[in-house]
Amino acid sequence: MIKLDNLTKAFATASGSILAADHINIAVDEGEICMLLGPSGCGKTTTLKMINRLIQPSSGKIYINGKDTDAYDPVELRRSIGYVIQQVGLFPNMTVEENICVVPRLLGWDKSKAHKRAAELLAMVNLDPALFLSRYPKELSGGQQQRIGVARALAADPPVLLMDEPFGAIDPINREVIQDEFRKLQRRLRKTVMFVSHDVDEAVKMADKIAIFRAGKLEQFDTPDNILAHPANDFIADFVGTDRTLKRLQLVKVVAAVEVTAPQISIDHSLEHATAIMNEHGGEFAIVIDDAGRPHAWLAAGGSHRDGTTVAARSADLPGTVTVDDDLRTAVSLMFRHAVSWLAVVDEAGRFRGCITQNGITRLLGETYRAPGAP
Amino acid sequence: MKAVVAPQRGRGFIVAAIAVAFALGALAQRGGLVDDIASYSGDIIFLTQQHISLVAISGALAIVVGVPLGILLSRPAMRSVAESIMQILNVGTTVPTLAVLALAMTFLGIGTVPAIFALWLASLLPIVRNAYAGMRAVPRHLIEAATGMGMRPLEILLRVELPNALFVTFAGIRTALAINVGTAPLAFLIGGGGLGELIFTGISLNEPGMMLAGAIPTALLAVIVDYTVGVLSYWAVPRGVNPLR
Amino acid sequence: MEVLDFIFGNLSVLADRTLEHLSIVGVAVGLAILTGVPIGIAITQNRRAADAVLYVASMIMTIPSIALFGVMIPVLSLVGHGIGYLPAVIAVLLYSQLPIIRNTYTAITNVDPALREAARGMGMTAIQRLARVEIPIALPVIMAGIRVAVVMNIGITAIAAYIGAGGLGTFISRGISQTDSRQLITGAIAVSLLAIVADYTLLWVQHVLTPRGTRG
Repeated sequence: MIKLDNLTKAFATASGSILAADHINIAVDEGEICMLLGPSGCGKTTTLKMINRLIQPSSGKIYINGKDTDAYDPVELRRSIGYVIQQVGLFPNMTVEENICVVPRLLGWDKSKAHKRAAELLAMVNLDPALFLSRYPKELSGGQQQRIGVARALAADPPVLLMDEPFGAIDPINREVIQDEFRKLQRRLRKTVMFVSHDVDEAVKMADKIAIFRAGKLEQFDTPDNILAHPANDFIADFVGTDRTLKRLQLVKVVAAVEVTAPQISIDHSLEHATAIMNEHGGEFAIVIDDAGRPHAWLAAGGSHRDGTTVAARSADLPGTVTVDDDLRTAVSLMFRHAVSWLAVVDEAGRFRGCITQNGITRLLGETYRAPGAP
Repeated sequence: MKAVVAPQRGRGFIVAAIAVAFALGALAQRGGLVDDIASYSGDIIFLTQQHISLVAISGALAIVVGVPLGILLSRPAMRSVAESIMQILNVGTTVPTLAVLALAMTFLGIGTVPAIFALWLASLLPIVRNAYAGMRAVPRHLIEAATGMGMRPLEILLRVELPNALFVTFAGIRTALAINVGTAPLAFLIGGGGLGELIFTGISLNEPGMMLAGAIPTALLAVIVDYTVGVLSYWAVPRGVNPLR
Repeated sequence: MEVLDFIFGNLSVLADRTLEHLSIVGVAVGLAILTGVPIGIAITQNRRAADAVLYVASMIMTIPSIALFGVMIPVLSLVGHGIGYLPAVIAVLLYSQLPIIRNTYTAITNVDPALREAARGMGMTAIQRLARVEIPIALPVIMAGIRVAVVMNIGITAIAAYIGAGGLGTFISRGISQTDSRQLITGAIAVSLLAIVADYTLLWVQHVLTPRGTRG
């Protein structure tokens, strides 16, 4: 959908020519978010701005939907691309509605159509149109302003969105909220997005593909998990952080690590019966399940059993459960909280599906893990 | 010399001021002063019209020339010369207006034309300075956002830059008109007419009645013009960029 | 040029007039500082008082100077000083109030609240805080107000020549009435130069008074 072909930008300075972007090659599929990631001055913003011609490339080509963007008038091109910047750039002299409708009006939409679109977009970003359409930017909080900035970029329904550190100026709590909202929005709208960030966590959370930049060069272009698991060199390994394996945890869902090895017993079983089942499976513990299939407690193997002692008397409450849709980071965090090395897993209806263990998770991650630089 | 208050404030004080004026007026009437002043009513009307036309013409010309000039100086292409020109203009504002009038008379003779020219020149500088400052103060990222969205330079000028510079520009116009109205009485000295005639003649002939017949309307006119421009600018600047609304 | 001949032929008169001019402005602005700065500090305590005082001061500003001079003549005639030095000084004093009071008020209210907090937290009394923190930081802006007052009033004092106060305006007024362009130009240039020199000198003083740590 977006293809950067040997895109290069050279700046002439007092000490010679500097390559702000050096033969960048990136291909982003339709509906994907591609994050341009890297430290300050690495060329990610320069590359982004070449796409909508705010910066003129020195050489190389940009193709959107197969068409060479050189063929377009830059102004026409920009009207077909949504652009969100860090400082938001909402025009203080215009109301929220007028701000959102800028590009539609430039494209010649009539007033009623534009008005409907503005109300629709505000609803999409969780702001009540009745309250917000006639407000001025100075009457809004930072988070509200940036939501409207995103709405404004989407107004003319462009297929491509360029975002330059859009959530950087928002406080961390609201930033998480707006990141989640944007992800939900993106799942609905499936825009092709180029997103510049210097925050690895943001990239890992939101990107379908990450392009890592350093000093103008593209160092690695891959999915977040692959970059975390196989950073191409030491710089990238450093940049993503020494906790990169932990970062991978948030990318994998519990369902991938579930093991169904722990045996299930009922609360009514006698201790003898329970022990027999455990011995059969060779496990160290069993999960107590009710009639509906939901787990309630667990029973450790071993220990003496007298006649009459029930499972109920001996079993302990489950420290916590995770659902199949939770990510491994939540699961591991829960494990640490309760000082256990395993957790019971349930589905959306609360029915028991299996267990996850620390060993199991390590093995799963390790299957694809290699040291940086090694083949 | 600009009045800083928004029209809403100070209503209580206006009442107090009017009360004081009435008291003074009553006092003056005891000494026959009010009748004295009223005897000049014919002159007052005629000269007030002259006075207003001096202010209106020179003020309008100052706005028509000053605002575009300020905008022009703020353009990126003019950046190198703009600062030096602003320095010269700043020096210009320190020159006393009486001197400006005097020099206008030397080069243009006496009459309405040199008077309007001098008043125009004195009013021009605050307007250019504020229009320039207002345009330069428009945040860069607004222009970046506008360019990135696909607005052409002219559209950006008209729909983003100018509206955001409006408040400061209006403040400059208000200052300029205050200076203009304040200096207009001096136009009489170089043959430009206006209420200054009553004031200066009244002083030199030691006739307080005549002098006040000129001074009071002049002061009233100044207050009215300032108030009117204040109200105009309050309503003309859109709420989003108007700190007073 | 005949103007230059005139100037060199009348240097002592020029000097006298300049001193007269400076004396009016100097005394009046000096008094204005003594009244204006304390008022400016006082109104920082009360928002309504601030609004009232600033409103009155700005109302004074809208009165054209010759009108103010004119009004003062009959009033001051009652004490026998209707024309000349006194009305000029009083008018300049009144006109200087707004820039000085407003700048003092704005400068002190704009002192970063965090600094005020810190000073209070260190145990300074209000007066100490004023003297050691707020006024030193506000000083450059107050100085800017004084500078505006001086430059503006050099112009107004020129007009005071018409009520017998003397000063450089006399060259201009005589030049007009006697149609003598040499006097006219001399007066115009002299008063302009005075204003420009005063502006730059006070700008330098303002710069010197800016605490080194806060210089731009």
